[in-house]
Amino acid sequence: MNGAIYALLGLALVLVFVVTRVIFIPQGEFVAFGALTLAYMVNGQVPGTVPMLLILGVLVFLLELVSALRSRQWAGMGRTAGWTLGLPFLLYLLAPYVVGSDTSLWVNVLFALALVIPMGPMLYRLVYQPVAEASVLVLLIISVALHFAMTGLALVFFGAEGWRTPPFIDGQVDMGPVTWSAQTFFVLGTCATLILALWVFFGKTLYGRALRATAVNRRGARLVGISTNMSGSLTFTLAAAIGALSGMLIAPVTTIYYDTGFLIGLKGFVAAIFGGLLSYPIAATGAMGVGVLESFSSFWASAYKEVIVFTLIIPVLLWRSFGSKHVDDEE
Amino acid sequence: MNRILLCLVIAALALLPVLPVTPAFWITHLNYVGLASLVVLGLVLLTGVSGLTSFGQAAFVGIGAYTTAWFTTAMSGSPWLALLIALAITFVAAYAIGALTLRLSGHYLPLGTIAWGLSLYYLFGNMNFLGQHDGIAGIQPLDIFGISLASGRNIYYLIWACVLLGLWGTRNLLDSRPGRAIRALKSGQAMAESFGINTARYKIIVFVYAALLACLSGWIYAHMQRAVSPSPFGLNYGIEYLFMAVAGGATNVWGAVVGAGLILTLKDQLQNVLPAIFGTQSNFELIVFGLLMVLVLQYARDGVWPILAHWWEIITGGSRCVRRHEPPTRAAALPQRPRPEAGKVVLEVDAIRKEFGGLVAVNDISFTLRAGEIMGLIGPNGAGKSTTFNLITGVLAATSGAVRFEGQRLDRLPAREISRLGVGRTFQHVQLLSTMTVLENVALGAHLRRNVGVVAAALHADRNIEAELLHEAATQLERVGLGEYMYEQAGNLALGQQRILEIARALAADPVLLLLDEPAAGLRYKEKQELAAVLGQLRAEGMSILLVEHDMDFVMKLTDHLVVMDFGTKIAEGTPEHVQAHPAVLEAYLGGIDDDIEIEPAPGEQAGTSAPGNAPAGVLEGGSA
Repeated sequence: MNGAIYALLGLALVLVFVVTRVIFIPQGEFVAFGALTLAYMVNGQVPGTVPMLLILGVLVFLLELVSALRSRQWAGMGRTAGWTLGLPFLLYLLAPYVVGSDTSLWVNVLFALALVIPMGPMLYRLVYQPVAEASVLVLLIISVALHFAMTGLALVFFGAEGWRTPPFIDGQVDMGPVTWSAQTFFVLGTCATLILALWVFFGKTLYGRALRATAVNRRGARLVGISTNMSGSLTFTLAAAIGALSGMLIAPVTTIYYDTGFLIGLKGFVAAIFGGLLSYPIAATGAMGVGVLESFSSFWASAYKEVIVFTLIIPVLLWRSFGSKHVDDEE
Repeated sequence: MNRILLCLVIAALALLPVLPVTPAFWITHLNYVGLASLVVLGLVLLTGVSGLTSFGQAAFVGIGAYTTAWFTTAMSGSPWLALLIALAITFVAAYAIGALTLRLSGHYLPLGTIAWGLSLYYLFGNMNFLGQHDGIAGIQPLDIFGISLASGRNIYYLIWACVLLGLWGTRNLLDSRPGRAIRALKSGQAMAESFGINTARYKIIVFVYAALLACLSGWIYAHMQRAVSPSPFGLNYGIEYLFMAVAGGATNVWGAVVGAGLILTLKDQLQNVLPAIFGTQSNFELIVFGLLMVLVLQYARDGVWPILAHWWEIITGGSRCVRRHEPPTRAAALPQRPRPEAGKVVLEVDAIRKEFGGLVAVNDISFTLRAGEIMGLIGPNGAGKSTTFNLITGVLAATSGAVRFEGQRLDRLPAREISRLGVGRTFQHVQLLSTMTVLENVALGAHLRRNVGVVAAALHADRNIEAELLHEAATQLERVGLGEYMYEQAGNLALGQQRILEIARALAADPVLLLLDEPAAGLRYKEKQELAAVLGQLRAEGMSILLVEHDMDFVMKLTDHLVVMDFGTKIAEGTPEHVQAHPAVLEAYLGGIDDDIEIEPAPGEQAGTSAPGNAPAGVLEGGSA
């Protein structure tokens, strides 16, 4: 079941990398933010992500305002104001009414998603867009810096203790000798649905195709009128959504700490490496493998669980190194 | 001026611990900065210069620290022996990881090193004999010639001596034959391979070098701290080292020291200042640290060192603008390989064929090139000239047929081996290392003519050979007429000059056969004449040249022999006069009677360059432009 989560995260990482060339290490932080925001709301507290979204929104708005002043292009400012100022403010006002155990879990989930997902494009606008043309290395280091900042924020917002959230669905399903919780099926079902939805999005919709075009050739995509900023923003929205949702799915079975996201994200990363950061189906399959391996190794040698998972990369790299044989030049 | 500054810095470093006013805290801090600088120095070479990224440096530091910790406590061994063991372990580990991941492109090394860093961290934390998460305590301090290095002020000298030696060695290395090869790793691998540089080997060398520096740092660290635990060797610290390299300026060795100093001081200050601002909560340092790094990278993508260097230039009145003009010192000429006798077959192309799926790009082309001859390969666009060229140079594998150079098959050999046999080449799209000087670019061509090991280069024991190489490069530059640009950055030259530079680089390899891919493209009329003169002179010296070219005037005047291709097939062969009159060539270039629209000369520089009385050539180039 963890494999399904890793698959989703692996997909998101591959997606972000091919479209923006960013190795998105803070992906794991979205997992933690999603899960912990939900946990706080279920416990009746207003999570720190509410004011954070407000601040991020204001910053993005100011940045857009400055660039609009410079270019004297005011079109789209209304929409920008809507999602950078209006939405966070609305959520801020609503937050005290929504939190608490008396509201339904689903409302809380939706509210938490509405809080965390806009952070994706906002962070892209603030952090990555000014350096979108930088080398992969610089983008990577920026990712690391952002990861540090977000881990620090998570610690401030949610404290050092771990949280669990109530399962989405209670009950058990008997399947012969083994009993599965309904939650397991819910997670698997959600993941499958999401993957299917992504597949439809990329195959059938105009925006999905625009993203694929950007992934294949940035300059070419720009020449035919696809804005790389739009692509980046959209990609980060998707990545944030996948991250937050994964966090909420995994929170009922695993205790989430402020820094858990990093390890979960890394495992998604391992899965993504199976696909060489380029192929979605292989990344998904790899993720399943990582999940299974992790469960087995925690039976046999729980202390070495992480070692086993991460050294797994080496044979995979070996296998890939025999698969491909080309010399390429960076930059 | 720069030398004076360096002396001042060293003097200040040496005096600092002796002065009684220096707070002990400064010394401790500088010790940490020095230790980190050693690791980051390796990363500068690895990441900044070679374009390879490693997150696993902290794990190599851990190997150094844990080896000596275990060896000196549990085994009661000598710390110096422990250093050797640690270096040996690091060497083997780094070599294995490098051999596994470096053959692959782009992102596999960073990913592989993440895995390596994490795994080693958990191993340290779970091994019983390494004290699990508590680590090992009670490590003895170091002793040198009876002087104990227990105090911070004493070990300070060891640390900074190592750092300065590391800086000196790394700079020497970069300024040498292996250094030029290493600098080619980032953006000119294919080019480097075609001058006989084994890029995979140099990547591994760089990776091992960086790992050994990290290991040394870890060894000192263990004896300074007298205790080790897994946490400073985790992935986070590996990332932090990379941070330091990028923030300091990953392309210069001094960037390592600046980066390490900057990040460590920043972290330290944040720990002091932030609790005062935000009250009791001390969690903010990570946030502020992250945000500051994002800002630094957004506004100073190349790190802090280039900015500092720029300020320094302004202060000292632009000392760098004073260009050196004198050529490198004269040295013994490099040995030349024996030339084949004139008229002997040098290159024999025997029915080579290349199919891309159903398309036959090169259809059983055969020709021979004799020593002391210039042969032209011409044809309209899409005729398969470049494909043929790539088959000969080993960039593409032929579907069938054979290419023989002095009787030896070329078509099964990698580019590296082909160059070893004495085949030099230029590229259709200029491939130079734009941040290196013109002289260094040419010296790269002479890579195979002398052998200098990495260790010798780092210790500066290669002066004679280095002088020979640079002298050879300067000679070739003079020969092609670029002598006055020797110390210019290659990227600053005009395109035409860059093409000439490529020829000089190919000549530096002392080839028997020269393969030129459109050498005259982008050159002005006068430059073309000069190039033709150089090539004519080379021919007189017994060089064999094959050139692919569009400029008919240039080709017709220069070559002894021409092969004309169209649609992958050889349609004519012979002397320029013979080819000009050949009906199939006229058909290919001028088209049939119906499509005479295409014979209009294209508006371009070439239209005015054809000499009068050379009418067929003038018309021909219109069709080929």
